[in-house]
Amino acid sequence: MTINNAMASAARAVQLRAHALRMVHAVNASHIGTCLSMADILAVLYGGVLNVKPTEPEWPDRDRLVLSKGHGAAILYAALAEAGFFELEELATYCQLGSRLTGHISHHVPGVEVSTGSLGHGLSFGSGMALAMKADGHPGRVFVILSDGELDEGSNWEPILLAPHLKLDNLIAIVDYNKIQSFGTVDEVLPLEPLKAKWEAFGWEVREVNGHEHEALHSTLAAIPFSSGKPSVVIAHTIKGKGVSFMENELAWHYRSPNAALLEQALQELGCNS
Amino acid sequence: MRTRFIETLCRLAQEDERIWLICGDLGYSVLEVFRDRFPKRYLNAGVAEQNMTTMAAGLAHSGKIVFTYSIANFPVMRCLEQIRNDVCYHNLPVKVVAVGGGLAYGTQGYTHHGVEDLAVTRVLPNMTVFAPGDPWEAECVTESAAALPGPCYIRLGKAGESTVHEDRPAFRVGEPIVIRTGSDVTILSTGGMLVSALAAADFLQTSGISAGVVSVPTVHPFNDEAILSNGKPSAYVATVEEHAEGGLATVVAERIAFGGYNTRLIPLRLTREPLSVAGSQEELRHLKGLSPQAIASTIQNRLSP
Repeated sequence: MTINNAMASAARAVQLRAHALRMVHAVNASHIGTCLSMADILAVLYGGVLNVKPTEPEWPDRDRLVLSKGHGAAILYAALAEAGFFELEELATYCQLGSRLTGHISHHVPGVEVSTGSLGHGLSFGSGMALAMKADGHPGRVFVILSDGELDEGSNWEPILLAPHLKLDNLIAIVDYNKIQSFGTVDEVLPLEPLKAKWEAFGWEVREVNGHEHEALHSTLAAIPFSSGKPSVVIAHTIKGKGVSFMENELAWHYRSPNAALLEQALQELGCNS
Repeated sequence: MRTRFIETLCRLAQEDERIWLICGDLGYSVLEVFRDRFPKRYLNAGVAEQNMTTMAAGLAHSGKIVFTYSIANFPVMRCLEQIRNDVCYHNLPVKVVAVGGGLAYGTQGYTHHGVEDLAVTRVLPNMTVFAPGDPWEAECVTESAAALPGPCYIRLGKAGESTVHEDRPAFRVGEPIVIRTGSDVTILSTGGMLVSALAAADFLQTSGISAGVVSVPTVHPFNDEAILSNGKPSAYVATVEEHAEGGLATVVAERIAFGGYNTRLIPLRLTREPLSVAGSQEELRHLKGLSPQAIASTIQNRLSP
């Protein structure tokens, strides 16, 4: 079952990458690198992990997903459209005048719970949701996707401190640890290591995983909560720009958008038709 | 005011299980009554106002009505972006309560002077801004805040303020409350300055000046009725507030300009210059021209230069 899921979600991840590349190309948008680094994570989440109903986005018993790294909006929109929350054709409106698909993630889009864009908000928002769901005996879980760079924000360490105290084992943080932030590598700007030990010291149950291996992601996320009574964190080791050779591990692709020729090359590398 | 606030909140929470209270590790000798009666709907988030505010948004997103509570600037300024993005943009029922607004913590220094809060909260989307003038008004705005579907900010005094209203006033969100009428000038007061505004009107009376007093417990939205008298603009309107630029005087100046009213504005307020000396609330008010005598004197000078 896991292997079948992994094959399906790996194929889905290729589609998500292709959508995001086309979307940022069309409007000369930034942030393709961060989209590509979490493509596999989103493909797995929407490939059987998240308990959601695309035809009923407000279904009360749903799992919640909060994208705290809101600048990765393009590929989450793609994941939601592929999942059936809205029509795939709408992806072409991304960042166009009047579109609800804004450059940072918007709660006006079906399937998006929370608007973010300023970093360091999502984990607190998810903690509040998880606390309410616990209080109500709600079956759902709350997943929050964080970037590595946003862990510089002191505001993140407030919920990291509080969530274990509240025993929020329905809260799952996923760190997209691609090792490159806005103006340099994480090690150059503000090192996070030992990151696993930091989360553990604060009282979280930590799993480290290759964020591009679908089987590993599926099996890790299937084991939530990792420890009853404790919040879970998945440190997903990823590659910024993953899947497009000339974008991988290149800071410039936090900002650059592929021109027509580079889009063509990128899609060919992914095995997609332009 | 804070006592009436918590009494009212307990009463409301008894009737409505959606009501929660989160504090930022402040509220000693005030919040215990809520904590003990509703332990499952009470949380001390620790000294962490950003998390307190956005967690409140997350709770509200899940169907709760959440009051956040701390003193003076802490629940507002420290977490202003959390209020803007997470609470206001999502239009969630989070009610930010600041106790000790204005100069209530006078001796504690500028960090504890909540004197720009109305300016920054009143411009946020979906936000309703309350600054009650006495315990009765505090009760009314707490009820309204709980009932309104969106975000609210409530600036409270501390404890022991005089009761101005003999009984529950006729209160509606956004509506001014006329305390007394007068023909020469209308004094608009917001927050804890109401008693001083009334005393100033008494002083003016002894000088033969007839001053009306209107309480403005809702700073936003603001109803122009407060600056109209029998449907016509008052010739003189004085605003009295424990706040720097951007508060009630600015609101009224905008309304006068936008309405094209032939009204002279007499702003009695603080400046943006920080108060960097110690002093009790009353002493600092005196220092900044906000004692009843000084208010009356400023108004009298403007009316008969």
